[in-house]
Amino acid sequence: MTGIATIRAEAARLRARFEAAGAQPVDCAILQPAETLLDLYGEDIRARAYVTQDPSRGEQMLRPDFTVPVVQMHMAEGAEPARYTYAGEVFRRQEDHPERASEYLQVGFEVFDRADPQAADAEVFALFEQVLKPHGLRAATGDIGILTAAVQGLKTSERRRAALMRHIWRPRRFRQLVDRFAGRSPVPATRAALLEAADPLAGAAPMIGRRSAEEIGERIAALREDAAEPPLAEGQVALIDAVLAVRETCAFALDHLRDIAVDLPAIHDAVERFALRCEALYQRGVDIHALDFEASYGRTSMEYYDGFVFGFYAATQPDLPPVATGGRYDALTRQLGQGASIPAVGGVIRPDILLRLTERTAA
Amino acid sequence: MSVKLGVPSKGRLMEKTFDWFADRGLILSRTGSEREYAGAVEGIEGIDLVLLSAGEIPRELASGRIHLGVTGTDLVQETLVQWDQKVEPLAELGFGFADLVVAVPGAWVDVDTLDDLDAAAAAFRARHGVRLRIATKYHRLVREYLRRGGVADYRLVDSQGATEGTVKNLTAEAIADITSTGETLRANHLKILSEEPVLRSQATLYRSRRAVREPEHQAVLSALYDRLGFEVRNRVTV
Repeated sequence: MTGIATIRAEAARLRARFEAAGAQPVDCAILQPAETLLDLYGEDIRARAYVTQDPSRGEQMLRPDFTVPVVQMHMAEGAEPARYTYAGEVFRRQEDHPERASEYLQVGFEVFDRADPQAADAEVFALFEQVLKPHGLRAATGDIGILTAAVQGLKTSERRRAALMRHIWRPRRFRQLVDRFAGRSPVPATRAALLEAADPLAGAAPMIGRRSAEEIGERIAALREDAAEPPLAEGQVALIDAVLAVRETCAFALDHLRDIAVDLPAIHDAVERFALRCEALYQRGVDIHALDFEASYGRTSMEYYDGFVFGFYAATQPDLPPVATGGRYDALTRQLGQGASIPAVGGVIRPDILLRLTERTAA
Repeated sequence: MSVKLGVPSKGRLMEKTFDWFADRGLILSRTGSEREYAGAVEGIEGIDLVLLSAGEIPRELASGRIHLGVTGTDLVQETLVQWDQKVEPLAELGFGFADLVVAVPGAWVDVDTLDDLDAAAAAFRARHGVRLRIATKYHRLVREYLRRGGVADYRLVDSQGATEGTVKNLTAEAIADITSTGETLRANHLKILSEEPVLRSQATLYRSRRAVREPEHQAVLSALYDRLGFEVRNRVTV
């Protein structure tokens, strides 16, 4: 078992590497207002973070990550461009996995830079690859931006596209919606009855609560419009499936995605950004012919990433959590920026996992 | 040290539990005054009756302070993380039936499934700028259920009682609560979604997997399991 002092020393070493790469060290409060995090992540965050009550400040959370407070700090007072690094504890409830750590250190590197987002993606990834090189890890990459562009490009109603966009990060629900829009799953009997009723509100229970009769009426109108909408064409579903199935090395993935873009031109720009990133990675000495790319990577656990995503794993020890994860989160800066926004990308390393790897290799 | 059996300390749940054991030749009774929470077991030597709030029985079982306990499935699964590693259900007692359900105003004619609830929550957040509130005391079970159902843009608000009234009182838009007949829900102008409930619950006799077994317990438990007509496999000590 690695002692906390050893882990702290490793964290300090990693942070020094990030400082050497031009990052300014920053720190953040451990107690964060719960409301901000709840708004970003939804109710699920309560299952993953420690919530505590303060009589005057209201609900507070022990920081589950640094990204949100670092973005807030930068949006409030940061100069541009900026590179930040930090090292400190984060806290995660582990309801379903009591064997996992509920408190551990993260060392992060975050870049806020408008000049060339693809170059910034490559800068962060190449730095992580270099820092982690001695450990022989497997890297995985993806790009949420290609997936969202594919959904935005579907030939269907704006409402359906919005519903799919909302659930990009919930693959099962996403699939359920695709099946419904494509007419593959039956319409529930109560829905059919509602659509046929001349006056659906006739004989209903009295109105109570904050959701008004007008809102109910609007949804019924939306459901009727949707019922009149032709099903999502099988060809369109096939295109989404084709994008989601892309899983090969970056160089091949790029060829493959360019092929798909012929039939789904909406992804063209996103794919060309991927091409620019591949070029920038290559310029920094990353072997893009060996680097894995999965179009669906990062869909389940990284809700605020909206572009490039990456992770580093101990290939031979699948029981360990990822050693490092990161990605681009432009939309998060918009949500927290009160009108302002800036392209941003970054990642974190877990020094405890890194040390465990070293120990196991030595043992 | 005796084998400790925890049962609910009041109300119909206590009476029905006493009846269930009485049907099997074991007389449970409260001792002392009406207000004193002490009890006795007649029929088998070596069992202590511990009267507890039904809500505390899961924790007492998990900590091993009682060996056996009667409580609802809902309370065990809400209160105990990885409940099946801490307690083992020995018998469903056939009473205290209740479903944990999600209910919305009856006037929401457009909401009947979780898919509807999710769509309504998205529209509600877009219009009101806040997430749709669901009042409940079963936070863990309901959160997991809604996560599996793909519902987003909601928030749980805590309600430890009179949950059915929260919608009318404008402290929530929907609720998740225990119901047996649905009567209270209907009286409060709420309807249950046409989905599998979050949980089907009933009074259940549980065995603690954590309680310390002393050598003399084995004979007592054997006699008890014989009387209750349990299979032999349930007698194996852990």
